[in-house]
Amino acid sequence: MKSKHKKVDYSKWGYIFILPFFVSFFIFSFIPLVDTIRYSFFEYYRSGIKEIGPNFVGMENYISLLGSDMLKYAANTLILWIIGFIPQIVIALVLAEWFVDARLKIHGTQFFKVVIYLPNLIMASAFAMLFFTMFSTNGPVNSILMSIGLTSQPIDFLGSAMGTRSLVGFMNFLMWFGNSTIMLMAAIMGISPDVFEASELDGCNSFQRFFYITLPQIRPILAYTLITAIIGGLQMFDVPQILTNGQGTPDRTSMTLIMFLNSHLKSRNYGMAGALSVYLFIVSGILCFFVYRMTNNDDPDGSKAAAKKAKKQQRRG
Amino acid sequence: MKKRVVSIMLIAAMAASLAAGCGKSSGSDSGNGGSSSGGSSSGGSSSAGASSGEEGKVINIYSWNDEFRERVEAVYPEVKETSKDGTVTVLNDGTEIHWIINPNQDGVYQQKLDEALMQQADASADDKVDIFLSETDYVNKYTDADADAAIPLKDLGIDPDRDLADQYDFTKVTASDVDGVQRGSTWQCCPGLLVYRRDIAKEVFGTDDPEEIGQKVKDWDTIKATAEELKAKGYYTFASYADTFRLYGNSIEESWVSPGETTIKVDQKIMDWVNSSKEWLDAGYLDKNVKGQWNDDWNKAMSSASKVFAFLFPAWGIDFTLNPNWDGEDGVWAVTNPPQEYNWGGSYVHACTGTDNPEHVKDIILAVTVDKDNLLKISKDYSDFTNTTSGMKEAAEDDSFASEFLGGQNAFEYFVPVAENIEIAPLSAYDQGCVELIQNSFSDYLQGKVDYDKAKKNFETAIIERYPDITEIQWPE
Amino acid sequence: MKSKQPSHLRSIVAHIVLIILSFMCLFFFYILFINATRSHADLQKGFSALPGNYLLKNLSNVANDGTFPMLRGILNSLIVSGCSAAICTYFSALTAYGLYAYNFKLKKVAFTFIMAILVMPTQVTAMGFLRLITNMGMYDSLLPLILPSIASPAVFYFMYSYLQSSLPLSLVEASRIDGCGEFRTFNQIVLPIMKPAIAVQAIFSFVGCWNNYFVPALVIQSKDKMTVPILIATLRGADYMNFDMGKIYTMILVAIVPIIIVYLCLSKFIIAGVTLGGVKE
Repeated sequence: MKSKHKKVDYSKWGYIFILPFFVSFFIFSFIPLVDTIRYSFFEYYRSGIKEIGPNFVGMENYISLLGSDMLKYAANTLILWIIGFIPQIVIALVLAEWFVDARLKIHGTQFFKVVIYLPNLIMASAFAMLFFTMFSTNGPVNSILMSIGLTSQPIDFLGSAMGTRSLVGFMNFLMWFGNSTIMLMAAIMGISPDVFEASELDGCNSFQRFFYITLPQIRPILAYTLITAIIGGLQMFDVPQILTNGQGTPDRTSMTLIMFLNSHLKSRNYGMAGALSVYLFIVSGILCFFVYRMTNNDDPDGSKAAAKKAKKQQRRG
Repeated sequence: MKKRVVSIMLIAAMAASLAAGCGKSSGSDSGNGGSSSGGSSSGGSSSAGASSGEEGKVINIYSWNDEFRERVEAVYPEVKETSKDGTVTVLNDGTEIHWIINPNQDGVYQQKLDEALMQQADASADDKVDIFLSETDYVNKYTDADADAAIPLKDLGIDPDRDLADQYDFTKVTASDVDGVQRGSTWQCCPGLLVYRRDIAKEVFGTDDPEEIGQKVKDWDTIKATAEELKAKGYYTFASYADTFRLYGNSIEESWVSPGETTIKVDQKIMDWVNSSKEWLDAGYLDKNVKGQWNDDWNKAMSSASKVFAFLFPAWGIDFTLNPNWDGEDGVWAVTNPPQEYNWGGSYVHACTGTDNPEHVKDIILAVTVDKDNLLKISKDYSDFTNTTSGMKEAAEDDSFASEFLGGQNAFEYFVPVAENIEIAPLSAYDQGCVELIQNSFSDYLQGKVDYDKAKKNFETAIIERYPDITEIQWPE
Repeated sequence: MKSKQPSHLRSIVAHIVLIILSFMCLFFFYILFINATRSHADLQKGFSALPGNYLLKNLSNVANDGTFPMLRGILNSLIVSGCSAAICTYFSALTAYGLYAYNFKLKKVAFTFIMAILVMPTQVTAMGFLRLITNMGMYDSLLPLILPSIASPAVFYFMYSYLQSSLPLSLVEASRIDGCGEFRTFNQIVLPIMKPAIAVQAIFSFVGCWNNYFVPALVIQSKDKMTVPILIATLRGADYMNFDMGKIYTMILVAIVPIIIVYLCLSKFIIAGVTLGGVKE
């Protein structure tokens, strides 16, 4: 604790170290953001190549959005996200645990680690293109299913809401589970081996070890994974956009919020797009605050984690 | 302390060298023109057009692909050479054409063009757009008189009545604003035909003669009876319901949005398309698995394994879509008259308001879209059906215009009567969105995913998203 | 000791699951590869499980298309992604360290602020961003693709979490006692400890940047500055009348080779980084 007082001398370094971040943020994100928020109160769009507005309309954009199908698209986004995220995080946790578990003696760990991340390397749009081809009514998946006799008629995967949603979820899962695995693995490897050794001596089995040691120890990174996944989910765009040709077919059941935003940007409706952005911003803010609270209790600046660390050191010493 | 200075300097140096790298390359792009043309950037004379004395040194042309560049290179006599990457063409007098190509995909082309047009007034002479291209689906957005993006041809010194007398009338109407002032010109006109498989025709009808097949598909009632025959032998008449859309969409009686209004009036013809497509689809005349155009299933419907008898295509469709997707011998496909005359596509060339090169622009437009010899050359080299009534008549009788892919059939013979009978539907600036979204919305209905009213509602939602100024959608009774 | 037997069983299960997952992952690459080896006409005929012999032809079609600067595009993408990944990880680590190791008045505010902007979707500010960089004269240059990555809240948060779990402040104290300057402490003591985190985030941001289409499509105009995703979009969209799917698949294949190489290099580095963990406690 003594060290804390000493650090005061160094406080200017804190400012210096965080300066580049804030300068860059201010220029490239903050100014555009203010612009966006400002226009959300205006009627401002293009008709042909004529600009209409900006005319101040107060909250009108916000109100008319509430009257639109926005909430339906939010629900779509949530459904698509859950279909992909649940398997993603479960499998990632299990794999990460397996990879660091020396007792499992997994052969070719390096190979598997490399392979599971590969789908993330392809552009989402290219990946969606491949999927589209594979799952089309006379695509390879259908011909395989038919040749092994699972179905007599080709299945119209992209024709049903369930099919399209599952495909989008599956693609998101496939693209991101490797990413999560690596991240969680790095977190688990960051745990001191002593803790594991101690648990082994105490006779912990794998499940106990996973739930009582690994999970609590990687909580910060887990929260990170969760938060980035939520943001990624809210921003879901490329995959359903390409897979459904921007329409969220059938019947707009796979239309996500960003696809909705995109259709406003496409029509250059800055006012409406701005208002929608502000909604998105608020929603994601609330979600992340919630998650952050849930995983980090009352530790918004990490001081508690530091205290914990200190305690741990004491215990050790 | 020292360390910090060093690392900051390193970053600064890195940034500087990057900036320098970028600056340099962009500088060399426009530098040549920029340095020598200081004198000609007189702002006032820009809209006056042809009479302004001095020409700028850089002609900026906005397009979505290399099609127009190839045509210009082929027929514009002033072209000296084009750089290897295809971005700059130098003319004999040293003027440079800068090709600004943006993909059509996701509306990027129009986005960038709109951006440039909005800044046109403030742009320096060498950055001003001089020529831009548009397609039939959205030509009206740019020829709109209020938008004032495209210069009337008259102001350029081209008299449409005299100079463009040989062009097809409907192309002139298409490129005109509400008041009938022509603001663009095209080298290409796109009458569509019915392209069918000879082998299937022989099997089902016992003949593959284009005249006889033409009789069997001459109007909607006849073709329906023909479809039944095809179905009996296990063939589909067309691949997808989207294939016939142009035929109906081209014959609407009122434009989607009347000038000055904000109401979309869905024409009865569009609903006819919906209803007959539903009927055809349910009757099994169309392949249920092909949903719309420009997708894999549709492409595959053009291969030899497919059961689809015919497609509806203009000249470019036969050469650039059907041909690459066909995997069999040449000569299996043949053309005949469609059940209804229609036009599909066409790229319009516009002189951009504010251009500093009116003389060159005029020359280019005349060379590529008016000169008959040039147009015939384009027809021969690129298989375009070009915009010269007399020339196309000659081509129809000239065996050297016969197509290899069609097994020596001269398609121009069939194109000409279609082109002459095309009644172009009244256009509006909202056409592209309406045409695209009505097909998308009713696609769900045709496939049985939603009911009729839901499809209507989905169209209303989508169209207002696309065009915020639309206030009402009227459906025919 | 008791756990020996179940562990054996679990090992088998683990292997089976891994093999299935790997199969799914590789399957798509296989299809991509197959498609890249076939001509457009072949592709239209339908799917085949065996590669064709058209790869070289496709490759030379892509490489020799003068209007389509593939190599230039890859170079641009390498520059943008490399620089972005470098400055993004470095400055995020720096910021994380600044907030973690020092106490200052605005610390809490700064942290909360970054957490708040973490959730901001990029698309939200796109139009304002475009207007801004146009006014700054950075339109159609690579800089606006690189510089904004200095402020990457998500990477920052990862680094911060990592520091929390792996950097004892006593180590910083110790280095101060040894007379190290603050920057030197960061560069020589803290950075090496953060290597695994940096490697992980470097891969992620490199890949993210490499595959980014949205921002470059807004900003980049001239052909010699296009990045790979724009080129692919151009290839797909420019000429829908005579586009060649074989070429597109080949281009996608070519586009992922560099990132696979970078990935393989860095993935070794992660493993190596972890073994450095001696300084942990």
